Amino acid sequence: MYQVNEQGFYGEFGGAYIPEMLHPNIEELRTHYLDIMNDASFQNEFRKLLADFAGRPTPLYYAARLSEKYGARIYLKREDLCHTGAHKINNTIGQILLARRLGKTRIIAETGAGQHGVATATVCALMGMPCIVYMGKTDVERQKPNVARMRLLGAEVIPVTSGNATLKDATNEAMRHWITHPDDTHYIIGSVVGPHPFPDMVARFQSVISEEIREQLVRKEGNPYPDYVIACVGGGSNAAGAFYHFLEDEHVQLIGVEAAGKGLDSGHSAATLALGKPGILHGCKTMLMQTDDGQVTEPYSVSAGLDYPGVGPLHAHLFKTGRVTFMSATDEEALRAGLEVSRMEGIIPALETAHAFAVLNKLEFEKDDVVVMNLSGRGDKDLETYSKWI
Amino acid sequence: MDMNRIDELFWQKKNNILSVFYTAGYPDLNDTIAIARHLQAAGVDMIELGIPFSDPIADGPVIQHSNVRAISNGMNVKTLLDQVRAIRQEVAIPVVLMGYLNPVLQYGLEKFFFDTAAAGADGVILPDLPVHEYADKYKGLAQQAGLRVIFLVAPTTSDERIREIDETSTGFLYAVSLSGVTGARKQFSEEQEKFLDRLSRLKLKNPVLAGFGISNAESYQRVCRYVNGAIVGSAFIELLGKGGFDGEIKRFIEMLKEDQACVQ
Repeated sequence: MYQVNEQGFYGEFGGAYIPEMLHPNIEELRTHYLDIMNDASFQNEFRKLLADFAGRPTPLYYAARLSEKYGARIYLKREDLCHTGAHKINNTIGQILLARRLGKTRIIAETGAGQHGVATATVCALMGMPCIVYMGKTDVERQKPNVARMRLLGAEVIPVTSGNATLKDATNEAMRHWITHPDDTHYIIGSVVGPHPFPDMVARFQSVISEEIREQLVRKEGNPYPDYVIACVGGGSNAAGAFYHFLEDEHVQLIGVEAAGKGLDSGHSAATLALGKPGILHGCKTMLMQTDDGQVTEPYSVSAGLDYPGVGPLHAHLFKTGRVTFMSATDEEALRAGLEVSRMEGIIPALETAHAFAVLNKLEFEKDDVVVMNLSGRGDKDLETYSKWI
Repeated sequence: MDMNRIDELFWQKKNNILSVFYTAGYPDLNDTIAIARHLQAAGVDMIELGIPFSDPIADGPVIQHSNVRAISNGMNVKTLLDQVRAIRQEVAIPVVLMGYLNPVLQYGLEKFFFDTAAAGADGVILPDLPVHEYADKYKGLAQQAGLRVIFLVAPTTSDERIREIDETSTGFLYAVSLSGVTGARKQFSEEQEKFLDRLSRLKLKNPVLAGFGISNAESYQRVCRYVNGAIVGSAFIELLGKGGFDGEIKRFIEMLKEDQACVQ
C-alpha cells in the first residue's frame, strides 16, 4: 500500500518529470535497479561493505535517563556511529556498487550540509572513481570542515553560485552536469527525492535501518514492534529508512519531524508538508514550498541538512494518507533538545537529528511505550552553531 | 480544423526556418511585446516565449539569469498570456510558449491549454512533461484547444523512441542538438552533426527544428543542412541583456542569415 507502483508513483506523488536529455539515464536505472539490487552477489557485496566498512549493524541503545524523564522506554538507533558520522553512507555504498554494475566510471553528487558529499567522496575513494560534488557557495562557506574532508578524500568540490547558492541550486547544477555527461556518469542523489526510481532506490538502501531495529527489538523487548518510531525529515532519507519495515504495521506510530526554522508562520521555515502544495521539482511530483505562481521558494532552517523546499514523494504520500504523523520543531527547540541529549546521554546529535528529539515533550507516552529515536547523525559538524547558542 | 500558424509556416517554408527564443519579462516586464514586434520586422519565422522558472535544470547561465530577472520583474503565466494577446494585435508569425511544468501546473494545465490558445499562441513546449503522460491524459485537451504540443528529442534518444515521440508531437519536433544545457558554444561539434544527420534519415512525420548551442551564422547554417531550421535562444538573450532593441535585433538576425548557403 505504501510501496511505489510500476509507474513510479506513491499515490499521486512521484513519477519522473525530466527533460528528454535525462530520459535514457533514468530509464536505464529504472529497468535495472531492482534486478541489480536483488542479485545475490550484489547483496553480498553491499552487506559486506555495510558491515566491514560502514560499521553496521549500528547499536540500538536504551537511553535510561531520557526514558526516565519522558516516561517511556526510549531507544536510540545509533546511525551517528556509522562511518562518516551519519546514515548517508548506507545509500552511497549502495549506489556506487550499482553504478559500477551499470558500467559508469564517474560520480557526481549534490550536498547541503556536506554529509552526503562526504559519504559520496568516501565511497568514490574506496572504489577509485572520480567524484564531483556540487555545493552551494553559501554552504561551502558555512560548512568548511566538510569541504575540507571531501577535498582530502580526493573529490572536486564545485561551489554553486546560481540562485540562492544552497542545496536546491546544488541539485540543479548536478542535474545540469548529468545532462551534459549522460554516458559515463552516475548521479548519486543523497535523499529519497528526484525522478523515479531514485526515491525508491534510496529508501531501499536506507531500509537497513528499520531492518536492524526489528531484529534488535526482538532481542531487547521480545517482539519487533515499537510503539513509536521518530525521525527528522528534510528530503527524508533517514526517516524513510527508519519507517520502511514498519509501514505495513499500522499499530506502530510513525512520526516525522520537519524543521520549522524561526516558526511555521515566520516566513523562515523548511516545513514543506506543513506549508507546501503539490508541485514538481527535481523530476518528481511532491509537496513543495512555492509561490502562487509556482516559483520554488528558498527554505530556512538552522540545520543545512533540512534546508530543502521539497520532500520525498513517499513522505508526501504518507502525509496525505495519514500513515505518518508529521510534526515540526523550531531552531530554538531543536538546539535545546540537542543540548539535552548531549548532557543526559553523552551523545551530541547533529542539528538535523536534534529536531526529532524536540518533539519528545510534545507527545504523551504510556510508561511501557517503546520509542525508537533515529539518531541519524553526529553533531561534530554543528559545534559552532551549538557553541554560539549556549 | 483550422490551420494552425505553425502548420501553415511549415507548409509554406521547408528550409532555413529561424525561430527565436527569449524569456518573457526580460530585461523589463513589458519588453516581451516590443521584442516580438522587432523580431517579426527582422524576418524571423517563429517566436518562442520562455515562461520563467526558479529552477531551470536544462538551462545554462544566460537563460538562468534571464529567468531570475523575469521572476523578480513579476512575470507569471497570467501576465504572459496578457502579453501574448497584445503581441497578437500586431504580430502574425507563430508564437510558442515554452516552460517548465511547475508554474503551468499551478496555473492549471487544462486551463493553460485553453487560455494559451485563446490568447493567440499556437503551440507549447513543456520539456519536463512526460510524453506518455501527455498522450494518456492531455492530448485530447490540446487538440480541442487547437494547440500544437512540441516534444524534445536529444542525441541520447534512440531511433525507436524518436519515432514514438514523433507520433505524439504535433507542429514540429524540437531537436536538442547536443548533450548539454542551453547556451552558445564556440564550435559546431561532430556530435551535433551526427545526431542531426541521423534525424534527417529517419523520415519523420513532423518537421524538425534544432536548438541548443546555435548562436551564429555558421551553426545556424550547418543545422539547416540537415533539418528544417534552427532555434536561437541564449545568444539572443545575451544581446537583449545589453539593452537597446531597434537596430540591434535587426543586425543580429541579419548576422545569422548572412551568406545564406543554407539550401538543400
